[in-house]
Amino acid sequence: MRSSTAPDPRIANHPILRFERGTPVEFYFEGRKLVGLSGETVAAALIANSVKVFRHTEKLHRPRGFFCAVGKCSSCLMVVDGRPNTMVCMEPLRPGMKVERQEGTGRLP
Amino acid sequence: MKQVELAVVGAGPAGLSAAVTAARLGCEVALIDDNDRLGGQLIKQTHKFFGEKSHYCGTRGMDIAGILLEQLKETNVRVMSGTSVVGLFAGNVLGLADATSFQKLAAKSLIIATGAAENNLAFPGNDLPGVYGAGAVQTLANVFGIRPGNDALMVGSGNIGIIVSYQLLQAGVRVKAVVEALPRVGGYHVHAAKLVRLGVPILTSHTVLEALGDEYVTGARIAKVDASFKPIKGTTRTLAVDTICLAVGLTPLSELLWQAGCRMVYVPELGGHVAWHDENMRTSVPGVYIAGDVSGVEEASTAMLEGRVAGAHAAVQVLGPSPEARQVITESQAELCAIRKGPFGDKAACGKARLAECAPARA
Repeated sequence: MRSSTAPDPRIANHPILRFERGTPVEFYFEGRKLVGLSGETVAAALIANSVKVFRHTEKLHRPRGFFCAVGKCSSCLMVVDGRPNTMVCMEPLRPGMKVERQEGTGRLP
Repeated sequence: MKQVELAVVGAGPAGLSAAVTAARLGCEVALIDDNDRLGGQLIKQTHKFFGEKSHYCGTRGMDIAGILLEQLKETNVRVMSGTSVVGLFAGNVLGLADATSFQKLAAKSLIIATGAAENNLAFPGNDLPGVYGAGAVQTLANVFGIRPGNDALMVGSGNIGIIVSYQLLQAGVRVKAVVEALPRVGGYHVHAAKLVRLGVPILTSHTVLEALGDEYVTGARIAKVDASFKPIKGTTRTLAVDTICLAVGLTPLSELLWQAGCRMVYVPELGGHVAWHDENMRTSVPGVYIAGDVSGVEEASTAMLEGRVAGAHAAVQVLGPSPEARQVITESQAELCAIRKGPFGDKAACGKARLAECAPARA
């Protein structure tokens, strides 16, 4: 989690880009309420909230996070609304979504 | 089962060009992409393209996506976004999955334009959160306006490595260094020079040894390497970074082509295994075409030209020959030839030549 002194990951001023930010979307990460923006993926909203660890691996319990951003590498698998193995780099953020870190291979609902 | 004359898989520069070209020639086209937003990786490319005016020289990648999408709007291409192609079955039948359903689609012709994915690199800690693909970080910063971290190390000085380093600076990330295992910078000099002017050290003959951290990256150990890429003792140092970006090449996303039974050839210059194809972008499986990075990792400019060749040729296969299609094919092939004769085209030209030597017996 971000401390109050760390800079906000969202870019306020950019020399050539003007970001069309969406409207605030409340969702839950590990039971805690966070706010992302409409139009973001779950992965983007988590990183904007300084959440980096998305899951732990089955055997060695290694932390894993974002990696490819194109839905190909399977590094970012999380449990979303009870559904394991959801690639959050491709999953659009929706209001009220329950996002949890996946431990190992996850359990089918 | 639903049927279509031509299905194009992937709506990046190659797939968009292919779909627009085929539709303009009168072909019924379905364009499928797993993203909600079309344009592939062009939408995050804020840098201006090089080359000829006819190849969008001087235009930013994201604006080229806009131009292609405008062209698409003027056609009757059926767009299926947010839809993954999860299988390619006998008889050119695609398995399509979206958030809630699965369906099959039979196509007379298919163009696979799935692009490529970023490579990882083997070093301890390479799986830690904070070790990200350079292109992935480019998406975060330029599409979503989110910084991946505050202090970054870039691994690789090819065009992606140096362009994304510059764009990280624009996003307000401190780039501590770019490391490059080779003794020289890989990408365009003008991009590298911009970085150097802004005080970012480009350390050639250097590599990353290890990512430090327990739950996520808190540092990186780097070292100088000798001519055989072995770390030199006494040159190791630690950089305090929370982000390590890997720009160490891409691998074609060829799963569907393997599944289709295409003849696959390993060509290092093209990024790994690629489906054999002829100058009209036909693979060894009848009716299956390829275009763009999946046919060999290159550039968006060549991907668009390959898409036009594939789109026109696939239209000919469905509708029969036409002078308009012939013109698109010959012009685009000539432009591809010209680009590959340029200063950065020899690698791809060499790879494509090697591929041509591996033609199946019947072709």
